[in-house]
Parts: sequence; structure tokens; C-alpha cells
Amino acid sequence: MTERPGDTPIIDIRALSLAYERGGTRNVILSNLDLSIARGEFLVIVGESGVGKSTLLRVLIGLAKPSSGRVRLDTRPGCRTPMALVFQDARLLPWRRVVDNVAFGLEGAGLSRAARRTKATEMLALVGLADLAGRWPHQLSGGQRQRVAIARALAVEPDVLLMDEPFSALDSFTREGLQDELQRIQAKTGKTILFVTHDIDEAVTLADRVVVLAGSPGRIAAEVRLDLSRPRQRRAPALTEAARHLRAELSRRSAEL
Amino acid sequence: MRYLRSTLLAAAGLIAFLGFWEAMPRLGLINPAFLPPPSTLPAAFLREISLGIWPEAVVASLSHYIVGLAVGAGAGIGLGLLSGMFRPFEAFTAWIVRLLRPIPGLAWVPFAIIWFGVQPSAAVFIIAIGVFWIVFFATQGAVRHVDRDLIEVAQAFGFRSPLSRLVKILLPAATPGILVGLRTALGQAWMAVVAAEIFGVPGVGQRMMQASSLLSTDIVVVYMLTMAALYGLFDTAFVALQGWLLRWRA
Repeated sequence: MTERPGDTPIIDIRALSLAYERGGTRNVILSNLDLSIARGEFLVIVGESGVGKSTLLRVLIGLAKPSSGRVRLDTRPGCRTPMALVFQDARLLPWRRVVDNVAFGLEGAGLSRAARRTKATEMLALVGLADLAGRWPHQLSGGQRQRVAIARALAVEPDVLLMDEPFSALDSFTREGLQDELQRIQAKTGKTILFVTHDIDEAVTLADRVVVLAGSPGRIAAEVRLDLSRPRQRRAPALTEAARHLRAELSRRSAEL
Repeated sequence: MRYLRSTLLAAAGLIAFLGFWEAMPRLGLINPAFLPPPSTLPAAFLREISLGIWPEAVVASLSHYIVGLAVGAGAGIGLGLLSGMFRPFEAFTAWIVRLLRPIPGLAWVPFAIIWFGVQPSAAVFIIAIGVFWIVFFATQGAVRHVDRDLIEVAQAFGFRSPLSRLVKILLPAATPGILVGLRTALGQAWMAVVAAEIFGVPGVGQRMMQASSLLSTDIVVVYMLTMAALYGLFDTAFVALQGWLLRWRA
């Protein structure tokens, strides 16, 4: 599932720009961004808030329209949901039980109710919450809610899983637990993951490749490839070194701007 | 323990109230024809039942109530959803709403009689108008305040049509607000039932007017209490339904 030379990237972004006008001033969020993601790659985009990393995910999922540029997808043809997004806050639907939240995205897929439930139960087992299928979202902890959100995204069998700072609102124990969990899920499913965070340590722990966005509008300021075996040892020397390098690049770029 | 004590206090309060009410006419402080003592009410109630008047009046009033409520709430929810979902629709109707909303439901009585005659449909019309505005504004407000983030979730999962937005997000998310409006309407509609029937549509209100013109005040009180009991019944049932529908809330 790793990138091979000659493979077409699953997502190929060329010259993507996004700007909007408000009160007569033009806000440029993204300008001329080029980025491609290989099939099966775990790509983490890291950057300060306001560099447009969330906006990039919103463009990919269709919640925002780019002003110009092109996104080419090499996902399964005819797939209703080539990508699925996990939001920063879990955004579960409070009036649905956990299992029906997970089944949510399947409702347009022409499956029977029973088939949707079966699939949802499978996904809950994958994130380790099979026992909580009948609960209401308000009965879950923050970490559990985010797991349900991940299960909901995986249930639609997307080619690419988009994650928008999914662990940033969690306490550090829960966060590290979920980081391990996500690596395990990726190893098991081989999903392509595009993960956005402002936490450099999180980035190097998770990523096959880290891309640093900096400036306003955000540009790619640095890029690091991490060919380390998984599961990764948290704070392994190679990761610490990569994090140090990224921090240095980030502050150098910030100073230039 | 605390619950028991407050129940006892409430019972004591009611008994004191009834005792005071009983004493006033009995002690000759008030003419019993103007205020019948509560002890005379069971007999009056049984008389109304044995004559078959009570069941007939109650069934008639309930049918006005239920049909009026259904029509008013149906229209209120439907148009409230449209108005909450589509800004152009809201803009288009804004001044119409402003024009018609302040007109009290009872001001429609003359037209109700002209259009429908002294018929059940006239009562239904008046009840429905009162209910409509309450439910319309409750629904419109509830839809407009639905969390945008949840609408985005639906969009992100490919549910982009207005209909799927409505069914998947807006309606369930707006349900608590709509139910609050409906519960208010439940009380408002009772008021309209009496008002409509006082103008002669057969039912509890009409029977009360008949009785009062004969100075049978005990019968008037029987129907007043009947309405309190029916309202209490409906409200209790509604609160139970509401609790079940909103069982997902913390």
C-alpha cells in the first residue's frame, strides 16, 4: 500500500487558490498550492491556525469552492463518497444512537436498514466501541465521540480519509491513545489519510510524510518523509529529530514573512 | 420525603381552597346562585351525564379541538419549515406575516361565521388560526437556529438536496423547538374552543352559555372544571410524548 514510482497520486492538487471578499477587503486563504497524495499514504499537514489547512480539507470534501486551480482525484469511479471527513469536534447527531450515527453516511447508498446496521456495528468494533452501539452521543466521553466520528467516516468506505485536527480538543492521554488507534486502523485498512494538525509532535508520530504550511496565504514551507516502521515508538530519536527540523523550518519561515 | 411533604402541602392547599369556596355561599356571604358551593357540583355533573349532554358536548368540543389543532399545527409546521429553510420565501412573506400576525384569532369570528356558518368548521377555523401563528414562529425559529455544523455534516456525507437536509438534519434538530410551540398551542387552542363555541357552535362553550342564561351556575362550573381536566389530560400526555421524543437529550 505504499507509494510506488509511477503510481498516479490519489489526489493531485494543482495551483489551488481560494479567496473571498468581505467588507471590501480580499482575504486570500490559499494561493497557488500544489500538493499530491499517494495512494495509501498517511500525509499530515501541519501549520499554525489561519494558514488554510482546514480550508484545504473543506475544498476537497466540497464544503468550500476554490477560486481557481484544479483537484484531480484518482478514486474509484462512480463512488458516492470518495472522501470522508472527520471534523475537529465530533459533530455527532445528538438525536441518533451511536450505531445510527455511524450508519448515517450509508443512508444514500441503497443499502437496507439491516445492512447499514451490520456495517455500522463492524465499524464500531474496529474503533473498539462495539459495546456502546445503543448509547446516545451525550452519554459518551470526548474521546469516545471522536472514535464514533471516525467510525462514521470509515463506514462509507472512502478512498481517502480527511481529518481536521480530530484530536486537538482531547486531553493528552486520550489523544495519544487515539493516535495509536488511528495508526492501527490505517495499518489494517490501508486507507489514504490526509490529516491536519497544529501539533508537530502529533504530525511526526503519525505521518509517512509531513508537509508544513506557513504564512498567509499558506504555502508549503517544508516537507519531511518519515520512513519508520509502525507501530512507532513515541519520541523515538528519529521522530524527535524530524520534529526539531520542522520546528526550525517553521520558525525560519515565520521570521521571513 | 421532600416530595411527600410538598404533595401533602398541595393537597392541604386545595382542601382549604374548596373549604373557603364552600363556606362563602353557605354562610350567606355570596348568593349561591352566583357561586354554587362545590358540594353541589357532583349532582350537577351526574345530571348532565344522565341527560347525555355532557358526553355530547365534550365529544363535540374535543373534535373541534383536535381538528383545529391538527390543521393549525400542520400549516404552521409546514410554512414554518419553508420560511426557516428558504430566505427568499421568508422575505416574500415577511410583510404578509407582519400584516396578519397581530390580528387576534377572535377577530376572525365574523368571517368564520360568514364563511362557514355556525358550524363546527367555523370553530375549527378559529382554533386553527390561533394555533397556526404559535407553531409557525416556533418552527421557523427552531429551523433557523439549527447548528450549521450539523448541516455541514450532512453535506460532507453527500446529502445536499433541500429534502435530505430537511429530513436528516433540520427536522430532528428543530423538534425540541417545535414541540415547545405545540405545547403552548395546546393551551391556546382550548381558549379558542370556548370562544368559538360561545358564538353558538355546539360544544362545551355553547352549553356553558345556555346554562348561564338560565342561571344554572353549577352546570357552568361543571364545564369549567371539565375543561381544566381535559386540558390537564392532554398536557400530561403531551409532556410524556415530548419526553419520549426527546429522550436523546441529556
